[in-house]
Amino acid sequence: MNTILCLAGIVIKELYRRKDFYVLFVLTAVITLMMATVSFFHQAGIVRYLKDICLLLIWVSSLVIAIVTTARQIPAECESRTILPLLAKPVSRWQVVAGKFTGCWLACGLALAVFYLFFGAVCAAREGHLPLAQYLQAFWLQWAMLAIVISMALLGSVLFSAPSANATICFTVVVAILIVGAYLQKLAALQAPLAAWLLTLLYFTIPHLEWFYAVRERLVFDQDLIPWADCALATAYAAAYVALILCGAWLVFRRKPLTA
Amino acid sequence: MSIVAPTTTASRAAPAARDAVIRIQGLAVQYRGRGLGHSGTLAVNNLDLEIYAGEAFGFLGPNGAGKTSTMQVLLGFQPPTRGAAFIYGVDVRQPIARQRIGYLPETTTYYKFLTAEELLRFYGRIFRIRPADLEKRIDAVLKLVDLDGARKRLIKTYSKGMQQRIGLAQALINNPDLLILDEPTSGLDPPGRMKVREIIQRLKTEGRTVLFSSHELGEVETVCDRIAIIDRGELRVVGSVAALVKQYQMDLERIFLKIIGYPPPAQP
Repeated sequence: MNTILCLAGIVIKELYRRKDFYVLFVLTAVITLMMATVSFFHQAGIVRYLKDICLLLIWVSSLVIAIVTTARQIPAECESRTILPLLAKPVSRWQVVAGKFTGCWLACGLALAVFYLFFGAVCAAREGHLPLAQYLQAFWLQWAMLAIVISMALLGSVLFSAPSANATICFTVVVAILIVGAYLQKLAALQAPLAAWLLTLLYFTIPHLEWFYAVRERLVFDQDLIPWADCALATAYAAAYVALILCGAWLVFRRKPLTA
Repeated sequence: MSIVAPTTTASRAAPAARDAVIRIQGLAVQYRGRGLGHSGTLAVNNLDLEIYAGEAFGFLGPNGAGKTSTMQVLLGFQPPTRGAAFIYGVDVRQPIARQRIGYLPETTTYYKFLTAEELLRFYGRIFRIRPADLEKRIDAVLKLVDLDGARKRLIKTYSKGMQQRIGLAQALINNPDLLILDEPTSGLDPPGRMKVREIIQRLKTEGRTVLFSSHELGEVETVCDRIAIIDRGELRVVGSVAALVKQYQMDLERIFLKIIGYPPPAQP
C-alpha cells in the first residue's frame, strides 16, 4: 500500500505542477460565473437551465482531466524511461498500475471537489440555499463513475502506445456509452437475432456510465436524494468494473516490453 | 581457425569462500519477431555467470551483444526465455530481489517536475526507509554526487552530467549492496566521467558489489576486478583483468577486439 500511495503522490504532484488543469479550471470557473450572473430574459426559472449547462461543463471538464491525465501516465513513463529506475526498485507492475490509478483518481477527485465547491457557491448565492447532501451524492457518484473511466483509460494506455490515440478512443467510448448505453436493449429488439444477441451482450458487458449521469438531473431539478442503499450499490458496481478493468490492464502490462 | 576465443574457465579464480551475489544459470532471452516470417532474435544464449560479493565486475561486449538484455533480466524487466537468474538467492522475477539493488540506466530522464530531494524522497519511501533516516540518507548521497547545492532545483533545469549524477544518487538511496550500472559514464565530459569513476571506486572500497557495462575499456581496466565479454548473446570469456592480460599477452582493448572477432575476415 505504501508503494501505491507513493506512486499516487507523484501523479498528483505532476498534475498540480502542470498548467493544463489550471487552464481547464479557470475556463470552467469563468463560464460558470458568467452564466450565473447574467440574467436571461429576466426569467427566474431559467436558473435550472443554467445549472444544467454548468453541470454539463463540469462533467466534460472532469472527463477531459481524467482521460488526458490517465492516458499519458504509463506511456510517458516508458517513453522517458523513468519506468526503468522505478521498476528496478522492489515495485511490481501491479503496484504501478494500482498506483497510477489511485493517483489519477485522487487527482480527479480533487479537481472535481474544486469544481463542485465553486458551482455550489455560485448556485447558493443565486438560489439562497445549498442542498449539501445532494451535492455530496452527486459528487460521490460522479467520482465513482470517473473511477471506471480512469481504469478504462489506464487499460487503453497499456494497449495503445500513443496517448493521443488512447485519449480519443477512450473519450469516444465514454461519450458513446453515455448517449447510447441506455438504448442498446431497445435497439436489440429491432434487430435480426444475431445482431440482437450481440447488442444484448454488449448491453450487459459495458459499464453503464449513464446511470451515474442521471444524478445530475437531481441537482438541476432539486429532486429528493437517491436512497443511500442505491448509492452504495452504484459504488459497488463501479468498484467491480474498476477491479475487472485494472486486472485486464495488469495482465497486458505484466508482459509488456519496457524498451523498444 | 576461429578468431573467437572459446569461453575460458582458466581464470575463473573466484574464491570458494565468497558468496555469489548474482547467479545466472543457462539464461536465454529471445525476443519475438514482429509479423509473419520473423522468427525472433536470440539476444542471450545459454549464459552461465556468477558474480561474487564485493567485486567490481565489468560486463563487456559490442553493441547488440546481449549485455542490456542480461541486465534487463536481472532487474526483472524482461522474463528469461530459458534458464534462471538469482540475486542473493532470490529469483529475479520476485520484486523483493531488487530490495538490495541500486540501478543506474544508461539514458534516463527522471521526473522533471520534481526537485532532486523530492525525487530521492520518493524512491526512499518505496524502500520504506524511516523518514528521519531518509533525510540523512538524502543529505549523504547528494553530497556524494556533488548535488547538495542544487537539491531544491527542478530536475528539468539540470545539465546532462547533473542528471547522470542524480541517477547515481537515486541508485544509492537505499544503501545498496549491489549496484548495476549500465554505461554510467556514457555521454559525460571528462570531469563528469572522473567523478563517476571516483564514486564507483569509493563504493568498491566500501565493499559493495558493482556490476557495470561500459565501452570505455580503460575505465574497466582501472575499476574492475573481473570482466566478462559477451558477443552475439554468448559468453566468450570471463576472468580477472590481470589474468586475461597475462593469458593473452596483450592489453584489454586488443583482447576485446580479438574475442569479438575484429577486424572481420576479408570477403573472398
